Amino acid sequence: MLDNLHNVNIAIVAAPLLGAIIAGLFGGAIGRAGAHTVTIIGVAIAFLLSLVMFNHVVIQDAGIVSHSVYTWLVSDGITFEVGFLVDKLSVMMMVVVTFVSLMVHVYTIGYMAHDEENWPEGSGAGKNSYQRFFSYISLFTFSMLMLVMANNFMQLFFGWEAVGLVSYLLIGFWLKRSSATYANLKAFLVNRVGDFGFLLGIAAVLMYFNTLDYAAVFNAAELQKDLVISLWPGTEWSVMTVICILLFVGAMGKSAQVPLHVWLPDSMEGPTPISALIHAATMVTAGIFMVARMSPLFELSETALSFILIIGAITALFMGFLGIIQNDIKRVVAYSTLSQLGYMTVALGASAYAAGVFHLMTHAFFKALLFLAAGSVIIAMHHEQDMRRMGGLRKYMPITWITSLIGSLALIGTPGFAGFFSKDLIIEAVHASQLPGAGFAYFCVLAGVFVTAFYSFRMYFLVFHGKERFRDAHHGHDAHGHHAVHEPHETPWVVTLPLIALAIPSVLAGGMYITDMGFGNFFGSAIQVLPQHDVLGQLAQDYHGPWGMVLHGFLTAPFWLALAGVVTAWLLYMKYTHVPALIQARLQFLHTLLEQKYYADRFNDWFFAGGSRGIGRLLWQWGDVRLIDGLLVNGSARTVGWLAAVVRHVQSGYLFHYAFAMILGLLLMFALFVIAG
Amino acid sequence: MNFVMPDFMPALPEMFLLGMVCFILLLDLFLSERSRVVTYLLAQSTLLGALLLTVSLYEEGRALTFSDTFVHDPMGSVLKVFIYLATFLVFLYAKDYLRARNMFKGEFYVLGLFGVLGMNVLVSAHSLLTIYLGLELLSLSMYAMVALQRDSVQASEAAMKYFVLGAMASAMLLYGMSMLYGITGSLDLGQINTSTAAMDNNSMLLAFALVFIVIGVAFKLGAVPFHMWLPDVYHGAPTAVTLYLSSAPKLAAFAMMMRLLVDGLGGLQEQWEGMLILLTVLSLAAGNIIAIAQTNLKRMLAYSAISHVGFLLLGVLSGTQAGYAAAMFYAIVYVIMGLGGFGMIVLMSRAGFEADSIEDFKGLNERSPWFALMMLILMFSMAGVPPFLGFWSKLAVIQAALGADLVWLVAVAVVFSVIGAFYYLRVVKVMYFDKADVGAPTVSAGFDLRVVLSANSLAVLGLGLFPGSLLALCVAALA
Repeated sequence: MLDNLHNVNIAIVAAPLLGAIIAGLFGGAIGRAGAHTVTIIGVAIAFLLSLVMFNHVVIQDAGIVSHSVYTWLVSDGITFEVGFLVDKLSVMMMVVVTFVSLMVHVYTIGYMAHDEENWPEGSGAGKNSYQRFFSYISLFTFSMLMLVMANNFMQLFFGWEAVGLVSYLLIGFWLKRSSATYANLKAFLVNRVGDFGFLLGIAAVLMYFNTLDYAAVFNAAELQKDLVISLWPGTEWSVMTVICILLFVGAMGKSAQVPLHVWLPDSMEGPTPISALIHAATMVTAGIFMVARMSPLFELSETALSFILIIGAITALFMGFLGIIQNDIKRVVAYSTLSQLGYMTVALGASAYAAGVFHLMTHAFFKALLFLAAGSVIIAMHHEQDMRRMGGLRKYMPITWITSLIGSLALIGTPGFAGFFSKDLIIEAVHASQLPGAGFAYFCVLAGVFVTAFYSFRMYFLVFHGKERFRDAHHGHDAHGHHAVHEPHETPWVVTLPLIALAIPSVLAGGMYITDMGFGNFFGSAIQVLPQHDVLGQLAQDYHGPWGMVLHGFLTAPFWLALAGVVTAWLLYMKYTHVPALIQARLQFLHTLLEQKYYADRFNDWFFAGGSRGIGRLLWQWGDVRLIDGLLVNGSARTVGWLAAVVRHVQSGYLFHYAFAMILGLLLMFALFVIAG
Repeated sequence: MNFVMPDFMPALPEMFLLGMVCFILLLDLFLSERSRVVTYLLAQSTLLGALLLTVSLYEEGRALTFSDTFVHDPMGSVLKVFIYLATFLVFLYAKDYLRARNMFKGEFYVLGLFGVLGMNVLVSAHSLLTIYLGLELLSLSMYAMVALQRDSVQASEAAMKYFVLGAMASAMLLYGMSMLYGITGSLDLGQINTSTAAMDNNSMLLAFALVFIVIGVAFKLGAVPFHMWLPDVYHGAPTAVTLYLSSAPKLAAFAMMMRLLVDGLGGLQEQWEGMLILLTVLSLAAGNIIAIAQTNLKRMLAYSAISHVGFLLLGVLSGTQAGYAAAMFYAIVYVIMGLGGFGMIVLMSRAGFEADSIEDFKGLNERSPWFALMMLILMFSMAGVPPFLGFWSKLAVIQAALGADLVWLVAVAVVFSVIGAFYYLRVVKVMYFDKADVGAPTVSAGFDLRVVLSANSLAVLGLGLFPGSLLALCVAALA
């Protein structure tokens, strides 16, 4: 039985990989239909087998499955291997990842259907781009599964970098568009910063635990908690704090926490299915998953937890503000993702790992839904993304409309929808937390509820209600070769089917799992919380089932804040549509601040990019050109080259020279070993 | 004196080989030019038959026969298996090349198989006599093979040089052996070992004999300063013959070193360690540096072979079981990579054209991306880039040398392997970043050559991902 499950695990990761290889390397031969068929089959197999594992690990509760598959090398007693650990935490991630990925695969057929004909100029991605796209998303699924199923730090790091690589490739998928290549470079560089911290963290783990295996590290963590390290003379840091903060820096990069958030909004340059899969539902939550997975370590450092709490809180609120002023439909959703990632991080900081992961799951469903719905709108609008040129789409695209509404309601935390349970849980958990910074975090997440509701429904009203502004917009705007205004119409079934399939868990997943995941012991030993940090345990005493929570939800501050946000949005964008412009004029400096994204990009460009270019130039001129190139490289290369040319002449071709050399060698050895020895 | 019938079992593969070679030699006389392929197929099946025999005898354990002049042991069996495999690949790679040059004759195969027999005898030698016998059988076959292309001035010159220098080296070896016999009164390696171990370590006479024996080994391996023949012979010989010279005989030379220095003179490890260190440093330095100045790929690979010998010696001189196993692993890995490297030249050449200049590989990526990739794998592996096989073999010998506290020597080896990376990477650069000349050679080789060469290169990658089994085999063979 267990052997079978081991093979199931291998098949889960192998199926998408195989699909990616076939579609990627033989894309030209198998054609468009062949590529999407083979990758969808691969991911569907992974999804079904993930359900098998889910059944085994969660429903039958038959214990975790942990095994190593392949030992790459053993160096100095440290094993580098590929191995799988499937417990309740990873199996949940596997199901979510493969499900959303499957939906996105199906959706992509519709989204990419006309990539060669009616896409905006500069969207070209070269030959066989359709097949390549499917290959990439399957490869992503493989990498993400490797990440979540890892049982050791090395494989975690492999998955971590692999998803980063695929993300890079997909953000720059439209490789002829300079903004896309800029964005993917930016994502890559910013993630470098995070990954550097992550790598240092893993190195620190290796240094103090002398193993990369999860189980061994977690078992030994308790013993190491009082160790201190002197990072620079005169200071003493707890080793656990250093390790946790370094690992969390990795999470900050991948999960786009302030100040490493700057890459995520720009990543929207990638095609929309990617934004849904990678930059909303799965990859960006890898950081959250990682911290939850490392809970036995993080629990040992309150300093690190406080740090996480504050970073998450800042991200949750301040990234939400940015969503308010965006006009690009995808960017609104992108900032909303940033803000929601902040919520998850706050939950981690408050030791409510289960709540964070629970929100991760519900968010994956409704955020993928919102992104795919936005993509559906974009298809209908012929790749127009500016919400000011939309409006009134409700009657043209009923399915997209209703599913978007469901997604938005779930996002703002309407009682009963999935997002309500997870978000309310986070807010309550932060409220109950005693860590330094919890008060500030509580304020941020509470205020964030209003902001979330406001920008979500601003988008909703602008797109689906009100005047049909696309009719004005298209005058003199026939860059795509559309000479008449096309009536928008509902998108094909391959697009709407995933919307519907995602809408169902966006409503139900919360109520179904709140009891187990939020308050119960769903994750078992996968997540460990010290008794003094166990905020969810405290909350559980007042919990009386999902219906009780829904009813209670109507009485709490978050509900009223959300309602206020919706009403404000309605007032400003439906009722008094001239007011936003007035507010903008009045609060120009604030608007500019938001427009400039708190000047984070400017600062990065000036300080990091400019600074490193400056240092680079200095090192290049002095260090490289003169010292290394001039003296060392060219110097030694010249020497070696000269030597080679000289010695080459010894190989004269004359037999007597050769024989002479042998005699010389004989004499040399004689002198050294017989006479001197 | 009564004659005891020797036990033939341990030498069964050798006897099979001998019988088959004589049979092929005779049969070939009666074959017409068109049915020459029969010789080829028979030669290949002889190798496979010998392989099967050797494998089936592997479990037998160590055994001495023919009045203790012949030894059957796991190390010998493993080396023989790789000798057959390497020669099998050589014959396969060379077939089209020989055909195109009107050299597809029985002599190539008969000489090649005689060489294999010589190597086998050398590998299984347990007496100074058998060592010399095996060595001469191998060398004479090789001299003749180099000269096979009779009307080529280059080849004749190379053969002449090889013969004269080889004779000198043989003479030195023989001189050393005779002194050893004079000192110990025995030709048997086991007895030599016991009597030398009991002697005064600083005996000048022993050191004298040792120098000559080490020189004999060094010449066979191609270690500096006894390497001069190697670039000229590799370059001058037809590529098919170079392929042969550069592969299996390296394994035989390794075995010869093991038999003489470890089995026979293990007690003098302290003395020969110093000599091998000298050879190592010189080989690494000269091999890597001179290779940079080469424009001919065959010459470059010849110098590369010299530098690889330096690494191989690094494993042996550490004087431990782990070190010997690492050196054996290195030798096998080198043979696999070398076959691929020279195989690529054979693959690229066609009638009237030797693709043996680095220039010929310009822009190969545009013409044949697959084989450019294969060559890239081989070059990266030779340079020692992980995860390719060449990395692991370097790592193994370096670890062995570190185990013997030779840190400075390891540092030297690493520095020279960095310098060496230059010329390997230059080939890669030329293939991927340079534009091809008009009329540059394309790959037009036969199907079997393409498939097997690809498999050869991919094995370098595949075994690099799973290096454990091959290394474990070497360790087990020497345990």
